[in-house]
Amino acid sequence: MKKAQMKFMMLITGLLASSMSLAEYGLNLRKGVTEFSETAYGMHTFTLWICIVIGIVVFGAMIYSIFAHRKSKGFKPDTFTHSTTAEVIWTIIPILILVVIAIPATKALIQMENPMDDDGKRMSMDMTIKVTGYQWKWKYDYMEEGISILSTLAKESNVARQKGSGIDPNTVENYLLDVDNPLVIPANTNIRFLLTADDVIHAWWVPDFGWKRDAIPGYINEGWTNVKTPGTYRGQCAELCGKDHGFMPIVVEVLSKADYANWVAEQKGVQQEEAEMVQTEWSKEQLMAKGEEVYNTQCATCHLPTGAGMPPAFPALAGSEFVNGPAEAQIDLVLNGKPGTAMQAFGKLLSETDIAAAITYTRNSFGNTAGDVVQPAQVKSMKQ
Amino acid sequence: MSHDITHDEASHGHDHDHKPKGFVKRWLMTTNHKDIGTLYLIFAFAMFILGGAMAMIIRLELFQPGLQFVEPDFFNQMTTMHALIMVFGAVMPAFVGLANWMIPLMIGAPDMALPRMNNWSFWILPFAFTLLASTLFMEGGAPAGGWTMYPPLVLQGGHNVAYLVFAVHLMGISSIMGAINVIATIMNMRAPNVGYLNMPLFVWTWLITAFLLIAVMPVLAGAVTMLLTDRYFDTSFFNAAGGGDPVLFQHIFWFFGHPEVYIMILPAFGVVSEIIPTFARKPLFGYVSMVYATAAIAFLSFIVWAHHMFSVGMPLGGELYFMYATMMIAVPTGVKIFNWVATMWRGSMTFETPMLFSLAFVILFTIGGFSGVMMALAPVDLQYHDTYFIVAHFHYVLVTGAVFGIIAGVYYWIPKWSGHMYNERLGKIHFWWSTISVNVLFFPQHFLGLAGMPRRIPDYSTQFAEFNMWSSIGGFAFGLAQVFFIYVVWKTVRGGEKATAQVWDGAKGLEWTVPSPAPHHTFEEFGPVDLDKMAHGKDH
Repeated sequence: MKKAQMKFMMLITGLLASSMSLAEYGLNLRKGVTEFSETAYGMHTFTLWICIVIGIVVFGAMIYSIFAHRKSKGFKPDTFTHSTTAEVIWTIIPILILVVIAIPATKALIQMENPMDDDGKRMSMDMTIKVTGYQWKWKYDYMEEGISILSTLAKESNVARQKGSGIDPNTVENYLLDVDNPLVIPANTNIRFLLTADDVIHAWWVPDFGWKRDAIPGYINEGWTNVKTPGTYRGQCAELCGKDHGFMPIVVEVLSKADYANWVAEQKGVQQEEAEMVQTEWSKEQLMAKGEEVYNTQCATCHLPTGAGMPPAFPALAGSEFVNGPAEAQIDLVLNGKPGTAMQAFGKLLSETDIAAAITYTRNSFGNTAGDVVQPAQVKSMKQ
Repeated sequence: MSHDITHDEASHGHDHDHKPKGFVKRWLMTTNHKDIGTLYLIFAFAMFILGGAMAMIIRLELFQPGLQFVEPDFFNQMTTMHALIMVFGAVMPAFVGLANWMIPLMIGAPDMALPRMNNWSFWILPFAFTLLASTLFMEGGAPAGGWTMYPPLVLQGGHNVAYLVFAVHLMGISSIMGAINVIATIMNMRAPNVGYLNMPLFVWTWLITAFLLIAVMPVLAGAVTMLLTDRYFDTSFFNAAGGGDPVLFQHIFWFFGHPEVYIMILPAFGVVSEIIPTFARKPLFGYVSMVYATAAIAFLSFIVWAHHMFSVGMPLGGELYFMYATMMIAVPTGVKIFNWVATMWRGSMTFETPMLFSLAFVILFTIGGFSGVMMALAPVDLQYHDTYFIVAHFHYVLVTGAVFGIIAGVYYWIPKWSGHMYNERLGKIHFWWSTISVNVLFFPQHFLGLAGMPRRIPDYSTQFAEFNMWSSIGGFAFGLAQVFFIYVVWKTVRGGEKATAQVWDGAKGLEWTVPSPAPHHTFEEFGPVDLDKMAHGKDH
């Protein structure tokens, strides 16, 4: 008997030791890079140990009983049926344990929802970023700087993830966790996130920041972070949002404050260039070349690279009466979307140039014969 | 009590069964609680295999990174249908089947109180699931918005929305009628000397479950009806653009959904509370506290729903309230687990298959309970929410909890149903095969979730590859084990060692006073039963 007990204890200790050493290999919650994520990690670890200790006591008693109190050993059954004392003890002790857990949890939750400074004042936020979830991409608006970023799955991942692509995901760097345009934020800055969505519910989650929050159409949710260490942090949409839910990652590049200022200046230059591009007259070849690029990042997920679509949810563009019809109707649809479907109001997402190019491309590809070109200026005029 | 009559005396003289002849009369038109119980169990098992097949497709696609077998949309259809079929088609009907078979036998009633309604509540189910499954063959496919049916996503689903809604309505009608029947039976049909606190715990847990069902199934019906009118009649209950509120649906859904998870586990508590005393040869410890704990869990289940929604952006006060209320559930649940362990303590245990499944239930359900307490903590749930950690959690409580409870119940009572002992060696093989594989299947999912893998994704980053492969291997093995279970059950029904009326030497309860197999009609004459035969008849 004693031997069996010893063996059991050794097994448990062995398991505990191995689970600790394995923590570095992705068995445990990530500690993350913000104060909040570290708090969450601490709470997680604390509660996990409490559970492990309770588990050892309860399962230990049970397993001891299983070995000791068995008929095959000739153990005669006792006849006791209840004990009020025992019931009271094992009601009170769990309550006490829960109170011990609840106190730090309450503090952590308050700090997440109503963050306070060290001197007990409401924490002030240095900048605000609006996050909008779309099927299946993220848009980031820097409220103070007027910069907007559309962030979709990186091309290499997108090609490799197609069924039957023949590409081994192990050969793709950061497979499914890479985007074309990451969110860029400064380190050591209090950043407020305002989260919403334009079609269905999404959830914005970067594990290393320690929280996720739903992006819900018609709602503006709030979250905040302050990242200490510059670096690249990756996450994913965490609320089922349709067929490509698994393919709308989040990448956040945290820069030092100086690098961030440079990046902002650079972005403003890019915006200037884009504004000028709208005014220029584009040739059909230019529009087709740009349009193909835009189509394959933004449109092909649903309408497929061949324009065949996936009816009935995602109509075909190839041979479509609508696409071969008047350009104005198509511009209107692309700008304003179709409510209740995955067809978004791209007027809010893409530049006039991108929209003009993509429309021109669809009207002159997949065997479509509209033949005309749509100029950025025309899109701009319809947008107003 | 010289007028006490045990069943053996009561049925003496008309031992010949009055089973109707012919398939239609016997099964389609049956009003017999035993036959309807059998129908429920067969139906539930068929759905378990169908839902399990879908799980196999899911695990096959997740075996390695990259998309090898199915398109993402079909993957979402599989996760959605797997959950709907397992919850509404397998677990719930299986427990109703056990209730039909056992409750009248346990309280000395001749049948269920409302036998014709009983027939109806069963025969609705095949139609409900035919409607639901038919969406798989439609243009646009089956519902793919998750079993939680959150709008606006679910409304993008084409016409499967209508089929989904009507199927849910039918399941709800069936469940409510089943629940009414259980309550009416327990309240009105107990043998005259069987008081509430003489009832076996399985009867108690089912009585409480039935009230939960009646309370929440109409709420679900209301929620899906609003989905239907939003989809087809231009209402805007959940459409923000029309002034509606998508989060409102989540509140309504989880007001149903949280009691629903207890609907799926309370009867399993009842089953293991029957089995553990039998094989420990010692009465259930703390019977009355078990009844109170069950009622407390049921009450709490109504006031904790928004812990499924910590990430939707509730006010701080709301989040704190739902966190505290949820943590409180650990207290009555703990009481139950301690009572089971105290029942084993200083017993004289043997380890037949029903006992093995019950012991595994206690340990593995508790592991699911631990992760439940962890997720109750709102600040940390902002990490756990919608990851594989929650997938691991609810499969521990539903597969190694509810399903293990059902399997334990089947092994425990099948000698009574069929008149044959199952093959103990095969039963033990089934147990070890299931228990090892189910842990290989679900335990690594804790690690996946903690490492950051969201749930409901058809493809994943390569860092998650190893544990997904483990999980899939466990999944295939567990699936095969249940095919083996069909063989074990089949073999038992067809033949085997004759079972005695008592079946298990340590068993107490009125069901063990009738012959095995239980005759078509039992307890035909209303009258007092021998309370000494009941586990809590004289002294609780």
